[in-house]
Amino acid sequence: MSWIPPLLVAIPLLSAAVVAGLDHVTPKAIQDGLVVLASTATTVLAVILLWQAESHEVVHWFGGWRLQHGVALGIDFAVGPVAAGMCVVIGIVVTLALVYSLTFMREAARLFDALMLLALGAMCGFAMSGDLFNLFVWLELMAVAAYALTGFQVEQLGPVQGAVNFAITNSIGGYLFAIGIALLYARTGALNLAQIGKTLSHGPAGGLVIVAMTLLLCGFLVKGAVVPFHLWAADAYAVAPAPVCAVLGGVMTDIGLIGVARLYWTVFEAPFGQSHAVGDVLLWLGIVTAVLAGTMAFLQRHLKRMLAYSVVCHIGIMLAGIGLLDSSGLAGAELMFLAHALLTAGLFFVAGILHVDHALIDELHLRGRGRGCRSPAIAWFAGTIGLLGTPYVGIYLGHAGIDEGATELGRPWVLALLWLGSALAGAALLRAGARIFLGWGDAEDPLLGEPMEEEPLERDVFRPLLVCVAVVAVAIGIAVSVVPGLGQRAEYAADRFREGAAYTARVMGVHPMAPAQSLAVTIRHTTLESLLYGGSATVFAVGLALVGLYRRRLPRSVRVATGRTLAPPIYVLRSLHSGVVGDYVTWLVVGTAVLGGVWAALLHG
Amino acid sequence: MTRRVRIALLTPALLWLGGLFAWAIAGLPGFGDYRGPYGYVLNRVVVPLRHTTNVVMGTTFDVRGIDTMGEEFILFAAVLGVTLLLRDESGSKEVERHTRRLRSDAVRLMGVLMVGGGLLVGLWLVAFGYVTPGGGFQGGVVVSGAILLLYVVGNHRDYRPFRDEHVLDPLEGLGAGGYVMVGLAALASGTAFLTNLFGSGKSGTLLSGGSIGVLNWTSAFAVTAAMLLLFAHFLETYVVPLEPEDAAA
Amino acid sequence: MSYLPYAVAAWVCVVGLAGIATSRNLIHLAICLMVTQSSSYVLLLSVGYVTHGKAPIFKETKLGTTAVDPVVQALTLTDIVVSVAVIALILALALDAHRLSGTVDPDGVADISG
Repeated sequence: MSWIPPLLVAIPLLSAAVVAGLDHVTPKAIQDGLVVLASTATTVLAVILLWQAESHEVVHWFGGWRLQHGVALGIDFAVGPVAAGMCVVIGIVVTLALVYSLTFMREAARLFDALMLLALGAMCGFAMSGDLFNLFVWLELMAVAAYALTGFQVEQLGPVQGAVNFAITNSIGGYLFAIGIALLYARTGALNLAQIGKTLSHGPAGGLVIVAMTLLLCGFLVKGAVVPFHLWAADAYAVAPAPVCAVLGGVMTDIGLIGVARLYWTVFEAPFGQSHAVGDVLLWLGIVTAVLAGTMAFLQRHLKRMLAYSVVCHIGIMLAGIGLLDSSGLAGAELMFLAHALLTAGLFFVAGILHVDHALIDELHLRGRGRGCRSPAIAWFAGTIGLLGTPYVGIYLGHAGIDEGATELGRPWVLALLWLGSALAGAALLRAGARIFLGWGDAEDPLLGEPMEEEPLERDVFRPLLVCVAVVAVAIGIAVSVVPGLGQRAEYAADRFREGAAYTARVMGVHPMAPAQSLAVTIRHTTLESLLYGGSATVFAVGLALVGLYRRRLPRSVRVATGRTLAPPIYVLRSLHSGVVGDYVTWLVVGTAVLGGVWAALLHG
Repeated sequence: MTRRVRIALLTPALLWLGGLFAWAIAGLPGFGDYRGPYGYVLNRVVVPLRHTTNVVMGTTFDVRGIDTMGEEFILFAAVLGVTLLLRDESGSKEVERHTRRLRSDAVRLMGVLMVGGGLLVGLWLVAFGYVTPGGGFQGGVVVSGAILLLYVVGNHRDYRPFRDEHVLDPLEGLGAGGYVMVGLAALASGTAFLTNLFGSGKSGTLLSGGSIGVLNWTSAFAVTAAMLLLFAHFLETYVVPLEPEDAAA
Repeated sequence: MSYLPYAVAAWVCVVGLAGIATSRNLIHLAICLMVTQSSSYVLLLSVGYVTHGKAPIFKETKLGTTAVDPVVQALTLTDIVVSVAVIALILALALDAHRLSGTVDPDGVADISG
């Protein structure tokens, strides 16, 4: 039994306890070193685990409580290449964020570091866990750490509001999840995912299972900021310090999606796999999320809020990939996650640098101020192009995988909508970059709403470190599409992940896993359609960015006409994102009820 | 949206959600008709294997020990979070706040009884947690509650040692970290993380359960320290300084 | 009668959610959150009940006597700790909100939007 899975959780957690417990005793440098060491060690171990997991599913039964006669008594971590890969990415992003924060924030540094390490351990635990309640525990641990980290800058009202909205909506999601666990436990008498899946595959799946599935998936969708549960994300990311945003937006939100995928393929595929109902609903949710969030991103002037909506947009695309319910889609989502996590983190880091340099985070206020900052500018534009999906840069390979999956299933229109979302978010980021780093565009733009400024944490920072971290993050993210062999391995990992039966067999110890085939180590070929879509999305985004910058120079008739048609929906969209938690909770309840109703109608008899 | 619109959206949604719940409940086995194997197996298996007569604690600290580790760290994270959110970097919190000197003997007497009694009950709950109903978490909360009563019935100065972060922070770290160390010790000895390494001892006594007893105590430390820290932070923010003449009296 | 505990759990959840969505005070909201979560405790514990089952403590009772499910009790314990953690944070945030804006009305705290 491999000894690495528990270490990915034990090391960060223990380090957090040590760092927080010895706060008043040890000097700062040692504590900083310990924190970075713990995070790096976790990442390195995750890489080793990934290498191990490629050949066989790595299973670790805690406390030595193995299966007894088909009944799982203890809790297991069951790690395939997808889970291990996620741990690697999580480790990299958190390590980068911790290094960035060494100079970015100095007050309350110990508390910050400890909370980040707790989040790291929890996310790794979540990715690896094979037990339903254990998933809940890690979900709540990362959530509690995140709520506190979001409210870091307590001297301003914005962070408090963001943290409150975040805490309340995500807690409700967690509690709905707990109710779902109770329902499923009553039905199956088990908490182990493999065992639940096996039990549900016999016998009919009645209303109980459908409602339990709704509650469980909605719990994860709230975490994953999918429409209509996404409203908290922009508020929270707008106010959290940049390294926190990098972790939250880069990895923590995405991890909700891996939970959805895990639950579907281990537990719910058996009873509901015949109809595509579950997947179709997820697909549609993903598409709506991508387009809506892309539009909202374009309407923002606060850089971090814009990035938040960009995150939600890409989440939507990834969810759509998962909702296609096939290996290409899932592989696409995996690759997208890999690139997206690092690119988004990099962009948040750059936003942090701008904030520190100029004490401004508003696009219009920053107009032209970025001129002369070469490295941050290059990082920003590179990151934006990577997030756009320009062929063979950044998320392109992932997006192409999703395209392939959609085409195979006979849904080519999905491609157009997903690329539209991508292009909208990308246009917003391009526009911001051009305005800030090149000084293009008008100085005022009423379309973008009211300014929201905030004070930076520190002004006196070691800037080269910040720039270095941002550049590293973006560089890794960009390169994802051209790493040889990555595409094939992602698809293999997706196949392994989806084979619910094989997973169950391996966990229940019935028969061993088939050995890994030797995979090609080449840059994966993508379809012509994806190339065309990628190219045209880039062109569209550039065009839209220019329109955004120079709107005033369009002929008056065009402006008036578009103003008349677009103003009401934009107003409605804006007012929905009201910042008031009561509204958010209302949408949460409405969303859960509607999803439950839809799935009930589609799946019941 | 206005409250009207909110309620208009919320009411049908909640009704529909209630309907979904009702539909799910219809599929549940009736109350008392527990079928699943998990509970039955554990009730049969835990006592012979671990000699802990309290099967719930045996489950919490051994069979599902990793859940409990996560749970402890959730509490740990909450304390860190509250410390972070209620911190006052401006340094103005060093004002000495005075509470009224207690004048009623009856309250003092009740206080002694309740604090003393509470402490004893809490410690008993922790110590015998895996033998009879109780446990590290439950006992830890009772102990910290009893200590908080000290604040209510006693002097501000009586309570000050229990607000000292220099003591409580390491204690909490020890409790939480100790749990992980027990798990790592098992890992280091070649078995799975959190395997019960120590012998099972004699059933029904304090020496049963092996590492369950150790984990029980680390949890108790962690929870007590965590609750006291939470109280300390909230009290610090909430307590209002009194008029000088009251304080001098 | 045999479905009453489940119905109670469902009712408590729905009422709690209604309270959260219409709350005018962050402290009241935190309590409603606690109420919503307690519905999951009720459901878990009811699901594990065995008719005529004793507590799963075998100090006085003989091993082999019918006892209720210990797993849901362990799960509820964890759930309660989670609830404490979240409530502590929300109360701390309420204190901060009051300090900064003089109000604990969630509608009044809305500084950023759009």
